[in-house]
Amino acid sequence: MKMSNMNKSNMKKLFTLLAFLPLVALASESEITVKAPIDPTNKESLQRGAHTFINYCLNCHSAKYMRYNRLVDIGFTEKQIKDNLLFAGEKVGDTMQVSIDPVEAKKWFGVTPPDLSVEVRARGADWVYAYMRGFYRDSTTPTGWNNTVYPKVAMPHVLYELQGEQALNHETHQLELVKPGKLTPSEYNTFVADLTNYMAYMAEPGKQSRKHMGWWVLLFLGVLLVLAKKIKAEYWKDIK
Amino acid sequence: MAQDKAQTETNGLMGWVDARLPVTSFVKAHLTEYYAPKNFNFWYFFGSLALLILVLQIVTGIFLTMHYKPDAQQAFASVEYIMRDVFGGNIIRYMHSTGASMFFVVIYLHMFRGIIYGSYRTPRELIWLFGVGIFLVLMGEAFFGYLLPWGQMSYWGAQVIVNLFATIPFIGPDLSEWLRGDYLISDATLNRFFAFHVIALPFVLAGLVAVHLVALHEVGSNNPDGIEIKAKKDKKTGIPLDGIPFHPYYTVKDLVGVVVFLIVFASILFFAPEMGGYFIEANNFIPADPLKTPAHIAPVWYFTPYYSILRAVPPIMNSQFPGVAAMGLSVMVFALLPWLDKSPVKSIRYRGALYKRWLAAFVVSFLILGYLGTVPSNVWGQFGSWLGSADRATVVARFFTAVYFLFFILMPWYTAKDKTKPVPERVVG
Repeated sequence: MKMSNMNKSNMKKLFTLLAFLPLVALASESEITVKAPIDPTNKESLQRGAHTFINYCLNCHSAKYMRYNRLVDIGFTEKQIKDNLLFAGEKVGDTMQVSIDPVEAKKWFGVTPPDLSVEVRARGADWVYAYMRGFYRDSTTPTGWNNTVYPKVAMPHVLYELQGEQALNHETHQLELVKPGKLTPSEYNTFVADLTNYMAYMAEPGKQSRKHMGWWVLLFLGVLLVLAKKIKAEYWKDIK
Repeated sequence: MAQDKAQTETNGLMGWVDARLPVTSFVKAHLTEYYAPKNFNFWYFFGSLALLILVLQIVTGIFLTMHYKPDAQQAFASVEYIMRDVFGGNIIRYMHSTGASMFFVVIYLHMFRGIIYGSYRTPRELIWLFGVGIFLVLMGEAFFGYLLPWGQMSYWGAQVIVNLFATIPFIGPDLSEWLRGDYLISDATLNRFFAFHVIALPFVLAGLVAVHLVALHEVGSNNPDGIEIKAKKDKKTGIPLDGIPFHPYYTVKDLVGVVVFLIVFASILFFAPEMGGYFIEANNFIPADPLKTPAHIAPVWYFTPYYSILRAVPPIMNSQFPGVAAMGLSVMVFALLPWLDKSPVKSIRYRGALYKRWLAAFVVSFLILGYLGTVPSNVWGQFGSWLGSADRATVVARFFTAVYFLFFILMPWYTAKDKTKPVPERVVG
């Protein structure tokens, strides 16, 4: 009898555990091993990243779901946005449209450069960080560039002046800096991390305020739980 | 019977209303004088929680439809518009997406409750059948809704599932074309899926939920002991000795369950709405592209056990139909439970070891098949040439598919043969 009770309670535990198992068995298939050193609360980093994105990426890639004036989230004032980030007569409430003509772009690169609004949500911040550091010289491709993360990518290395030129060592399969750029390797890593940080923000601008709201909701529910338990206990005290 | 005209003598405004609409007698019959067994446990929260999520999905759905555009050119952008420019839009959207997955979590636990305590047995067969109907409609609702964000997974998931219908002999190709409204998933498909998702299926769902509840209130709830509380009534009042009024006892108890559920729900919604790619998939942030097939197409987690079964069954004479039929059967077979179970007892508490082992094997199969459905079939590599270099995961999926079906096929045998324990006269808690 005792034995069977024990079996029963173990069985119950097992079922409860198994019931929630699919939710915790989260497997990641990505081969990217380096984590992007980003911090969504670091506003200076986000602002530097926004500058980089608008100066470099936005020439070919749009971010057509992102409004310029949303950048007040990361500490810019509307005046700063108007004075420092709008170049081609856009309005501050406009979305980040691309300057390049998509038809021309397709002619030059073979593909239309994709919109980057939600790129980090599609590929992950680690991917973007690795990709921007993964360019190397390759004479066999049309652009003269290749990428360890995205082999045979159509995009040339836009930041090569800053990073310099890398080559792939075919024995060690490691990238080696063969021609230094304007930035040191560690400066370049920070530069790309800031950009990645910004792109992660841009992929979901409401993320930080959502989390902030979440704590208040949980606090409210916690109080409600105490009250609900008390009222339940009060009603149920005479049920045997 | 719940419909016994409850004593209603009301005066004033309530009396005026009651003379025209049976409000007071309805409240008595279904809440304050509706007697539920007093020994409901953890597993009995999920029915009311499912109802809560249904309401949540309908309300958030209404707000989403105000801003969503069912148009292949605009759908993806309109979802991002909701996420960024609509006030509170990101919260509403995540409530709806989290609600979709949590609906299945709750429904699966609710079904499991029905299985372990024999809630499908006489006289509750119809409640169970309506429940299976609700489950099927819910799967349709989830499938149609998943196309709407018009991302890559939306598109290719729909492509794969509609193509399943094309494998049905004779009528298949025409049927799948009719479903799509086109030769491929397109704007026409998006429009009709939107119509199904926001009007057709919600109506069917609401109707099925209504009859599910009417049938439940006709016979009353089962309980963890699997005995009928109506068999032992107070001689004077006619109230079941082990019954307590649903209101206030279970309304306040369910309130606790609701708050605990909302804490789990809010934790996901506010802190991890993608649930590591299981509730919202990363690929769905790439707009649908009919020319680019993703490397790995997997359905959302709640479909994966059946998807595994589909993949596990090998094609016969170059036709995928056997797999499709097995998948359909794996869902429909739940409807047969009331007639497959030959045990003299209802609840797992009084069943023997034989049944428990089969049930455990079924649960393990369901979970392993569920996991395998989320990953490519070469995930565990291949067996050596001695086994035809078969994918290990496929062989494992075949084994557990067999266990899954044997749970049902052999049920009449093992439930009859099982050594059951004596059932008490009254509920024991």
